[in-house]
Amino acid sequence: MLGYAGRILHVDLSSGKIWTEPLKEEYAKKYIGGIGLGMRLLLDHSKPGIDPFDPENPLVLAAGPLGGTMVPTGGNGHAFVSKSPESFGVGEAKSHGHFGTEMKRAGYDAIIFHGKSEKPVYLWVDDDAVQLMDAKHLWGKSTFETEDAIRNELKDFYIRVASIGPAGEKLVRIACIMNDRSRAAGRCGMGAVMGSKNLKAIAIRGSKDVKVANQEHLLELIKIQHERMKGPAARKYRTLGTPENVLVLQKLGAIPTNNFTRATFDAADKISGEYLNERFVAKIIGCSSCAMRCEHIAVVPEGPYKGTTTRIEYEPLWAIGPNCGVGNLDAILKGMDLSNYYGVDAISIGGIVGFAMDLYEHGLVGKEELGGLELNFGNYEAMLEMIKRISLREGLGDVLAEGVKLAAEKIGKDAPNYAVHIKGVEMTGYDIRGLKTAALGYAVSFRGADHNRHGAYGPDVAGKVNRFKAEQGRGKLVKETEDLYTIIDSIIVCKFSRGTYFEGFKDLAALYSAVTGIEMTPEELQKAGERINNLGRLFNIREGLTRKDDTMPWKIMNVPIPDEGVAKGSFVSQEDLDLLLDDYYEVRGWTKDGIPTVEKLNEIGMEDLAYLVKPKRKAKEEE
Amino acid sequence: MAAVPKAESAKWKMVSCDPDKCTGCATCEYICSLTKENVFSAQKSRIRTMRLHPLINISITCRLCTPAPCVTACPRDALTQSEQTGVIMIDDDKCDGCSWCIEACDYGAITLHPELKKVRICDLCEKEKDGPRCVKWCPEEALDFVTKDILSQKARIAVTKKLFKESMEAAGIKV
Repeated sequence: MLGYAGRILHVDLSSGKIWTEPLKEEYAKKYIGGIGLGMRLLLDHSKPGIDPFDPENPLVLAAGPLGGTMVPTGGNGHAFVSKSPESFGVGEAKSHGHFGTEMKRAGYDAIIFHGKSEKPVYLWVDDDAVQLMDAKHLWGKSTFETEDAIRNELKDFYIRVASIGPAGEKLVRIACIMNDRSRAAGRCGMGAVMGSKNLKAIAIRGSKDVKVANQEHLLELIKIQHERMKGPAARKYRTLGTPENVLVLQKLGAIPTNNFTRATFDAADKISGEYLNERFVAKIIGCSSCAMRCEHIAVVPEGPYKGTTTRIEYEPLWAIGPNCGVGNLDAILKGMDLSNYYGVDAISIGGIVGFAMDLYEHGLVGKEELGGLELNFGNYEAMLEMIKRISLREGLGDVLAEGVKLAAEKIGKDAPNYAVHIKGVEMTGYDIRGLKTAALGYAVSFRGADHNRHGAYGPDVAGKVNRFKAEQGRGKLVKETEDLYTIIDSIIVCKFSRGTYFEGFKDLAALYSAVTGIEMTPEELQKAGERINNLGRLFNIREGLTRKDDTMPWKIMNVPIPDEGVAKGSFVSQEDLDLLLDDYYEVRGWTKDGIPTVEKLNEIGMEDLAYLVKPKRKAKEEE
Repeated sequence: MAAVPKAESAKWKMVSCDPDKCTGCATCEYICSLTKENVFSAQKSRIRTMRLHPLINISITCRLCTPAPCVTACPRDALTQSEQTGVIMIDDDKCDGCSWCIEACDYGAITLHPELKKVRICDLCEKEKDGPRCVKWCPEEALDFVTKDILSQKARIAVTKKLFKESMEAAGIKV
């Protein structure tokens, strides 16, 4: 079991007790690592029905089996997993950079945080020496300042830090966990869970060797990956980067604008990947072991936000930009920087500000509640001010910090109709009214609204299917990409590298076997992907989520796309949704209610979790 | 220890990093430790990356100084410089890990092996038939294996291009 460190670290923040246990080989094979292993450990170590902010909700940090190796993009990732304070189902968020590498070098596959510290602390992992450090002086500091302060006080520049900002401390439900300055485990509010534990940061230094099973074969495989990464499969990420999507989606009428009021953006040229690269991008950098390099570092050259330096990708650019009606790239970059500074998910923050703007324009929120702020779409100064207020829970920001779903319930009246979310998690930058394969992927994603659980926009955008039509067969498409995507997030390679695995599971299985020495066939790896998807589903079922939660935002189902053009008039009807869900559940081997059958669980080696789907009375009789 | 003749040092080739191209991915560290130690380990790598800021990335290894301050600093005469290649050779029987050489090196190009407690310095992959492996594996071709003369030549080409950018554009010259 090389590649794996073979150890899980437990940290009880309530008692201060710290211990390790061996990683079971069965878990390594079945759940691989990353989100798969993380979700299984979460399920094992939590009780049903607890509040995400209850000390008994554990926070799991998991690395992948390729971590610390030279496998390009595979050497550096990590995932946080916990019950989400947004969806109240499973929450998971992955990040790259250098932190995951260091965690593996320190000798841990996973770290599980239990309980809640009485006072603010941070965890200092120096190989086998693990201790909780006072973090009183760090409380209130931004993620950037926290990282610098910890490196300074521990006197080693190469220490890697993952931390929360003020938003996580204040239990803002969209708080993220930042590492290596510009990388975020963004979605599902993992930073808020960390804040609820009074855990400010995790600092790691690792000096152990990372050994692999078949060195020469691995180098051959890496050579192939390097070549592919220089080719067309990674071209987008090496050149314009994900902001290339702006003009692509604009053409398709699929770029949500003004909180999903429209699906094209008038100022698209002013925020395009082309313009961004021409005027702002100063350097493109890479994570540890990466042979693609995608991280576009943008610098604002002049004006009031001059000098703002930040990483930028399509999703946050869209959320803070078009979704708020903002076509000023200077301000968008400032908004991105503020999100990282305070430690909020830059996608969800744009979702919330856009939501608040929509409420303001429809008279559901007044100027007086905003301290005189005119929160119209396109007012970028107001957008930046709201990022701060939400992150610090100031004024109406305190309500909005609950996320659009809970905030809409508090505000009342028609507000829920403007809350664009799935399972409580804010939408991402694809207008799924006219992307119906993607719509299904979004609806069934176990972590709520997200493009990264399935990538099902692929066939829609590429024109491989009629994207305006809901029909049989989409369930299979979604299942297939889901199974692959869960493996990508469990073995932990970068999603951007997905196109370089020409033979999908076969390539990934070969890398896994060369690193770990565990023989893994492509079929077994695909099955592991299926297993992990079922695992996410089972956790959500345990927490009370049902078919009714596999749904779409009100606007997606009730307001047809108004823009002139190809997508005009498209929306997802209840019939569409039912057809898509039935098809998908059937392909998955689940009941009409979206519950995995006992037979299915037996087939994929999850007998031990069958108790979660058996009716309670029946389960009792069997005992 | 006498200085090495200059006539020889002009022929030495060293590993040089172009910071404009370096992305801080540390692939050089991975391949170095694998080549030299059969493991992946940053601390055992003879080349190290430094990202001071997202915009500032570079990899650093031995600069083949002559006379070499590390050689001069070693109180046990454990270090000698090859006249042929400029590589600093370490006599492990003499090295006791005192780290005077680490202090003497202005570039941080010398590291102490965490287990052996002997210093380690880039040997330009002398045993590999096609030169330093970090140069071969760098995905950005940011690393080069060059003489100092070629380094200055490269700089001259770059600065000339910059100086004559406008007239080159006007004349449609592509270099």
